[in-house]
Amino acid sequence: MFRYTKFTAIREVAFWIIALIFLAPFYFLITTALKSDSEAITSSTLALPVSLDFSNFTKVLTASGNSNVVMGLVNSVIITAGSIVLLVLLGSLTGYVISRSTRRWSRGVFYLFLIAIVLPTQLGTVPLYIGARAIGLTGSVWGMILLFSGMLLPLAIFLYAGFFRGLGTEYEEAAAIDGASRTQIFFRIVLPLMAPATGTVATLAGLIVWNDFFTSLIFLGGSQNQTLPVAMYYYIGSLVSSWNQIFAIVIVSMIPILAFFLFAQKQFMQGFAGGLKG
Amino acid sequence: MSATLRTRDEHREQPRDDTRAPRRSRQLSFGHWWWALPGIVMVLAIHYVATSIGGFFAFTDWSGIGSFAFVGLDNFVKIFSDPTKFGSLLNTLFLAFGSVIISNVAGLVLALGLNRGLKSRYILRVLFFMPVVLSPLAVSYIWKFIFDYNGPINLMLKSMGLGEYAKAWVADPTWAIWTVLIVLVWQNTGIAMVIYIAGLSSVPVEVEEAAAIDGATLWQRFVHVTLPGIRPAVAISTTLGLVNGLRVFDQIMALTGGGPAGATETLATQVYKQSFALGNFGFGAALALVLTVIILVFAVIQQRATSGKQGEN
Repeated sequence: MFRYTKFTAIREVAFWIIALIFLAPFYFLITTALKSDSEAITSSTLALPVSLDFSNFTKVLTASGNSNVVMGLVNSVIITAGSIVLLVLLGSLTGYVISRSTRRWSRGVFYLFLIAIVLPTQLGTVPLYIGARAIGLTGSVWGMILLFSGMLLPLAIFLYAGFFRGLGTEYEEAAAIDGASRTQIFFRIVLPLMAPATGTVATLAGLIVWNDFFTSLIFLGGSQNQTLPVAMYYYIGSLVSSWNQIFAIVIVSMIPILAFFLFAQKQFMQGFAGGLKG
Repeated sequence: MSATLRTRDEHREQPRDDTRAPRRSRQLSFGHWWWALPGIVMVLAIHYVATSIGGFFAFTDWSGIGSFAFVGLDNFVKIFSDPTKFGSLLNTLFLAFGSVIISNVAGLVLALGLNRGLKSRYILRVLFFMPVVLSPLAVSYIWKFIFDYNGPINLMLKSMGLGEYAKAWVADPTWAIWTVLIVLVWQNTGIAMVIYIAGLSSVPVEVEEAAAIDGATLWQRFVHVTLPGIRPAVAISTTLGLVNGLRVFDQIMALTGGGPAGATETLATQVYKQSFALGNFGFGAALALVLTVIILVFAVIQQRATSGKQGEN
């Protein structure tokens, strides 16, 4: 009934035109980053660069101090990876227990996590900052990993609990009858089965941590351990309308996450579409 | 602890003849309750304890160091009587609701168009979703350039003979807030799109075909068949968008910094500036408390209004 007609072809072309307009910002981003200083000022912003100039990128990658982009990249990778590991470990254990428990407290705890998902971080930021400063965790990569894990744990637990609820207990029952201990059941049976939920947790939480600016700005502000967004913010703050250089750092900051997205687009899109089902 | 273990293990002997009983029988339990303890403690500490302490300071004049005094509701009176602070509240609501409405309509249109039929629909979905994964800060810098006085928009206006409309968009008191809205919509449309595509997959093609055969127009099919089917998706997408929109921070820091003259301040940027730049911890906490209450209230209303009729999704 719904066949590919002439009307469908027109629709296809129309959506491609919309997509090209939608993605026009990337055209400005790439062309401007490749212009030399003088050309960036004199040439039209719509024009292609006359000759490709990669010096902006070398300038960006050799910046030091607060705006050390390479250092920021390394820190961002460590903080994101560390947070994902901790979130998967704590999130799966907690989500497993509260979804498998038939006791009344598990229901209450579940709502505790549900409310925490929408609770904005702003109100708790100041007390957390003072607490972290008191025990020396501000400006530290480990402090950030702990902080992000705690902040995103409700989301991870929610996703895991939802997944485990839909997962039948047959395998676990069979293992229990065969005499496996609870620890063995979790690590041998449940851990391999929960891979889809882990994928969702890793992409969603990883993306939030990787792109975070507010929390990193506050907890790492002024230290040498900047994440990529904060390093970018400081670097751009020191430039006045040198758009070719600004865009070089913007591109550098985008490449890792874009590469990751193109590699695992299905995972990302399904994570956003299905993972947040309430 | 070992005592509870022992009793449960004894229980496990019994369910041999229990195979006909419903699954997840009470006798057989998995995991130990204390596995949940680190997670619970961490969430309590980072979310609930910290938020409560923050809420406490909202009623003080604490500067972040030294002593403080209780000031009752003074901070809140100040928020609602100072035009900049009250303006930041209105800006927050404008950006949140504006971006939710526009990006959900756009996302739904994209989802309907790219749901089936088109040969290149998978590539198009990826392209429209791409901005979602980028850092809001990085994206905002690109748009700042586009809205720059010497930027592409003004250039195009001039080439079309509309040069008198060219302006420094992000520095214009009336237009600056709209530039923030555009950036928000550009980045959030992809999220709405994938949620609606997932929702549309639960609307069976057969029902749509049957309606079409019965002579329903495209619009009638949308209103009576598609829309009721995607109601849960609408609930998820708008709630999520609203909660995120109310927290808007990065885009403003990169695009306008809250300016010109406070025209684009939001609650989140004000919380940051008051607490960390100006050292008014008490006042910053009061602003954050207002933001928290607004988010919780809207999250509850939204859930009730959109998924309540549906019951369990």
